[in-house]
Amino acid sequence: MELARSHVLVCGGTGCTAGGSENLIKSLETEIKAKGLDKEVKVVRTGCFGLCEEGPNMIIYPEGVFYSHVKVTDVPEIVEEHLYKGRIVKRLLYKEIVEGDVTKSLNDTPFYKKQMRIALRNCGVIDPENIEEYIAMDGYRALGKALTEMKPADVIDVVLRSGLRGRGGAGFPTGMKWKFAAASPGPKKYVCCNADEGDPGAFMDRSVLEGDPHAVIEAMIIAGYAIGSDEGYIYVRAEYPIAVKRLNTAIKQAKEYGLLGKDIFGTGFNFDLNIRLGAGAFVCGEETALMTSIEGHRGEPRSRPPFPAVKGLFGKPTILNNVETFANVAQIILNGPEWFSAIGTEKSKGTKVFALGGKITNTGLVEIPMGTTLREIVEDIGGGVPNGKKFKAAQTGGPSGGCIPAQHFDTPIDYDNLIAIGSMMGSGGLIVMDEDTCMVDIAKFFLQFTVDESCGKCAPCRLGIRKLLDILEKITSGNGEMEDLDRLEELCVHIKNTALCGLGQTAPNPVLSTLRYFRDEYVAHVRDKRCPAGVCKSLLTYEIDPNKCTGCTLCARNCPVGAITGELKKPHVIDKSKCIKCGVCASKCKFKAISKK
Amino acid sequence: MKSLAELAAIRDKMAQTMNLREENRDTDKIKIVVGMATCGIAAGARPVMNAFVDEVNKRQLKHVMVSQVGCIGMCRLEPMAEVFMPDGSKTTYVKLTDEKARRIVNEHIVNGKIVYEYTIGAAEK
Repeated sequence: MELARSHVLVCGGTGCTAGGSENLIKSLETEIKAKGLDKEVKVVRTGCFGLCEEGPNMIIYPEGVFYSHVKVTDVPEIVEEHLYKGRIVKRLLYKEIVEGDVTKSLNDTPFYKKQMRIALRNCGVIDPENIEEYIAMDGYRALGKALTEMKPADVIDVVLRSGLRGRGGAGFPTGMKWKFAAASPGPKKYVCCNADEGDPGAFMDRSVLEGDPHAVIEAMIIAGYAIGSDEGYIYVRAEYPIAVKRLNTAIKQAKEYGLLGKDIFGTGFNFDLNIRLGAGAFVCGEETALMTSIEGHRGEPRSRPPFPAVKGLFGKPTILNNVETFANVAQIILNGPEWFSAIGTEKSKGTKVFALGGKITNTGLVEIPMGTTLREIVEDIGGGVPNGKKFKAAQTGGPSGGCIPAQHFDTPIDYDNLIAIGSMMGSGGLIVMDEDTCMVDIAKFFLQFTVDESCGKCAPCRLGIRKLLDILEKITSGNGEMEDLDRLEELCVHIKNTALCGLGQTAPNPVLSTLRYFRDEYVAHVRDKRCPAGVCKSLLTYEIDPNKCTGCTLCARNCPVGAITGELKKPHVIDKSKCIKCGVCASKCKFKAISKK
Repeated sequence: MKSLAELAAIRDKMAQTMNLREENRDTDKIKIVVGMATCGIAAGARPVMNAFVDEVNKRQLKHVMVSQVGCIGMCRLEPMAEVFMPDGSKTTYVKLTDEKARRIVNEHIVNGKIVYEYTIGAAEK
């Protein structure tokens, strides 16, 4: 292995795995062996590269050549041409690195250029199932430094001064959390990691766990040392099988290397880690519900105080941090708090990972310094909205967040700015919406989600959100009254003020932010009985333009309910009482004679 | 893991492997490029390249990268290799063997003395 002259890195994240990267790896190994190159070339399964849109992806070193959309049938050519003869297979190159006849460095492509990778530094670079590769990238050196050179209070001080804030959503200063837990008396304390990533469209935590599980483990041990704990729990969704598998492998290896267990680095410090699988309830991402679930009870939140730092898991002082928060810790210890606090904005330090999704060209995983504008993320890194459509809004923070309209496109993204414009950082899902998106429908979508996921313990959340959804359904079905808009706002305020936990308190946000920025769309639904984006079916009508219709009968033959009639070669008509607004006729018409209004 | 030294030992052992994965453009690395087209392979370029890789690894030369290219154009002089120094200068070696490759690493790469007798200039006299 030491002699390998070339490394073929194949993305083994969930996205590329779904695209068939496991078969690529098998095929590569077979072909490489057949050519007798198996002593020279090493195939490495890594975590996510970030460019999920282009997957399955592969990077070949030392040249640093990036191949995208690789299929198993391409493998023999890659092995024969690139690995055997040293000729780059141009047709498979990632399109952004080809510029005329020359290829440029991946770091110069728009997608990677503006990124800064701290939490994702090892994702797509190392083999996550090989602890030695992590150690080679300075892994566990921060732990060594903390245990041998620093006192627990020093560690907390460094994290405090770095300005690191929780990456799970609320943005609470991480060092403060640790300080409170360290100050709580008691021989038994716990360190918990929240890997119950539940926002629709968010996959940052999954990618970190899949690509660099040791970064989280190392940080948890450091946190344990800082607050005086000898045991930790990682609460991860059972729906993340690859992440769970790699975490288990990583924990096993860390134990074999004596980095978990007794007397770490000969300092007498002990730490052990457990994994608990969550059954996928959104509410279990809330800290008190998560700990209740770890204890083996039904995942329901409880009121705070007492805060977990005082009385948490099994009634003991506990800290709970998000995966991405932990992924920053070792780098802060190694590079110092000043290095970290030099990145970002005044109150939000460091970087943030975003999962780009929705109507955007480069769906994928990006890490940017705090303070980057939404425009840079969407247009430069994300490649803009595809198919020539117009950007309408970006949704951050999942079901707890809000929509950012185009007028705030140049707002630098950090915790405080996002809250000021009615959204929130959330865990980092960023869903882009184009002009074809109905904002009332979006609010409805998120409420359906929170209605499903409400645990039912408190009335404001259980009944209130249900009522909000009822009103939205009334509006989108064309039965809304103007008073409904006021009722929505009033109910939102009450729910925010009275719900027990974060789920209920933030659930009205999608409604409030769309009402704030897209009130005209609500009004169009209510007063004009019209959906401007053409999404809400009850408010749509399909019509045939008699001037354009040639009477080809294609629409009539395709209509599933027989709502279209007309003679051959004469304009047809749609019977609106029969029409179910499925849109098949409009998509079949070759003369663009059918329009929806 | 009982000591930091133990950790450092693993890190150093793996460093050469991971070093390969750094972006190698516009860096201050020395680049050895071996001609690996059909002509080169037929003339025995593969053992030459393996010798380069082996020698570079053995000596833990972290600033050196071994790569391959297609036909350089003078098939009769294969196996060939070119050494690119960070200052942009280039030396072309021809008719290489396993031993010659190792000597180039030792003398040219490590000690900075070009092995003139193996260069294209010497062969073409």
